[in-house]
Amino acid sequence: MYSYSQFDTDFLATRNAQFRAQVERRIAGNLTEDEFKPLRLMNGLYLQLHAYMLRVAIPYGTLNSRQMRKLAEIGDRWDKGYGHFTTRQNIQFNWPELKDVPDMLDALAEVGMHAIQTSGNTIRNVTADHFAGAAADEIADPRPVAELLRQWSTDHPEFQFMPRKFKIAVTGSPNDRAVTKAHDIGLRMLQRDGQNGYEVIVGGGLGRTPMIGKVINDFLPEADLLPYLEAIVSVWNQIGRRDNKYKARIKITVHEHGIDEIRRLVEDRFVETRKTFTGVDVQMLREIEAHFAAPDFVKKSEAPFKDAYHKDPVFRSWADTNLTAHRAEGYKIVSISLKKHGETPGDATGDQMRLMADLAETYGHDELRISHEQNVILPHVHVSDLPSLHAALQKDGLATANIGLISDIIACPGMDYCALATARSIPIAQEIATAFDDIKREHDIGALKIKISGCINACGHHHVGHIGILGLDRAGVENYQITLGGDHTEAARVGDRVGPGFSADEIVPAVERIVDTYLDLRTDADETFDITYQRTGLAPFKAALYPETKVAAE
Amino acid sequence: MPKTFTPKVVTANHLLKGDVIYQTATGWSRRLDEAEVLTDEADADLRLIEASQQVDVVVGAYLADIALENGIPAPTHFREDFRATGPSNYAHGKQVELG
Repeated sequence: MYSYSQFDTDFLATRNAQFRAQVERRIAGNLTEDEFKPLRLMNGLYLQLHAYMLRVAIPYGTLNSRQMRKLAEIGDRWDKGYGHFTTRQNIQFNWPELKDVPDMLDALAEVGMHAIQTSGNTIRNVTADHFAGAAADEIADPRPVAELLRQWSTDHPEFQFMPRKFKIAVTGSPNDRAVTKAHDIGLRMLQRDGQNGYEVIVGGGLGRTPMIGKVINDFLPEADLLPYLEAIVSVWNQIGRRDNKYKARIKITVHEHGIDEIRRLVEDRFVETRKTFTGVDVQMLREIEAHFAAPDFVKKSEAPFKDAYHKDPVFRSWADTNLTAHRAEGYKIVSISLKKHGETPGDATGDQMRLMADLAETYGHDELRISHEQNVILPHVHVSDLPSLHAALQKDGLATANIGLISDIIACPGMDYCALATARSIPIAQEIATAFDDIKREHDIGALKIKISGCINACGHHHVGHIGILGLDRAGVENYQITLGGDHTEAARVGDRVGPGFSADEIVPAVERIVDTYLDLRTDADETFDITYQRTGLAPFKAALYPETKVAAE
Repeated sequence: MPKTFTPKVVTANHLLKGDVIYQTATGWSRRLDEAEVLTDEADADLRLIEASQQVDVVVGAYLADIALENGIPAPTHFREDFRATGPSNYAHGKQVELG
């Protein structure tokens, strides 16, 4: 893992001291809210529906046990004893008081964490594959380049007041778990003719105008990454629409100018930016890579795992759903579900965070990850330790065996917390998870991604859910639109809207009808929902959701 | 024809705590049922200006529609309902603190 240099530590101390003084001036009445708001947003502090919210960056979703314990301590001391992990691999504290925020930021700085650029029209927290450095299918670990991008983009003087926010994701695996095609810039690490490089995807994004990103460069040599990205952001910073915030993201710029024209502008600009990079960036990348050396994997007997798998059906069920293949022999990647049926997706209590930190330290080479799907990952666990790990997780409600299943739902905070929301998301997720748990069907249903957003900004990634749900305010009543057939992987696809929305009371039965239709249609239990949908299209699902329309047409 | 003025309350977030507050005849309350009900448009505009000037107490003051139920103000929109009662995903926040 990356460890802060003295430069990082000093920079953070200076920023935190600045913000402490700004908060003091606001409380004393020497700054108006209009003056204070941009300052607090630069430091990740929002004012939401019921309280302030502090969004803390977890760069590329990676943290160690000490950092996780600090998050638990912050939640216990200054919040209501929990935190909420987000779809940008961050954590949000929903209840801080203004006067406490400088102390919270100082506490974060003790473990090399901050809330800088988690808001505002800047380059946001760079996200990456949550299985980075562990996945069996990985070409290269994306975390060093994500860290390089963090250092390059943090406080970058040219990119502090851009047309809109800007999000970058990196994957080092051909199986895209970082949703790179729905980002302003998506990077896919490649190797060609023995050379390291990137496929650069630009102009993806969800929100009110969902777009799948387009390839602007199919192989960018590693050494050109920062000058090329600087060229992209620089071009957009100049020609991006500042007249209309809804048209300001780079996806609209690419759409309006066309990818070929954007590529030409970027190539022209790249000629200039390249001169300003002397190779120190590549040298820094090499130094950063040393921080991410693989842990010392051990070889030991796998018998305890095989024994527990054979004898304990609860362990077996968890192992079948929550483990992923690891690149090292005898190891597995463990996904800890923060989606216990009926609970708030992505929430973890202080006690749960401490337990996960302890388990990472004991069994997981002191590493944890946050996934964009709002779960916690222990990337390196030897299989012989899995029975003990599972037993420990069970004690604190963290052993739910539902990763990738219908109850493993992404849900944005929605109107339960968010000031922008037009409807609630979390209670819908809770009801769906509970309904399918009650009938014990989710393992039979198999892999199915439900993603719920409480407004058109799409923080819940509903466009790329197999079943996407968008909560809206229709004449003062919560109303939920359904999209089907979205895909968040390397085959990214925006889902198809099925038709008129459903009320809060109708949405769970509607999801049940969709699932029943899928179960009727699938050729066998191995044909997953997305495959069935690709085969049949929208029509049978639409007929199931709107039987009255069919009757009227007959 | 001018639009009929419907009853309103002044609401905002508290600067220090960030939570939802309502203007009363003499100050601020965390309870909607203690809010001052404004039935006259000119009076409401004036009370909103007074609230907005308290920059070291409140943030983002605005007029919210309410309905009177037995003389007690109640929300007319679900957003204001959640602001008055707190998150609905489980019992915490305002619904617990106000009892």
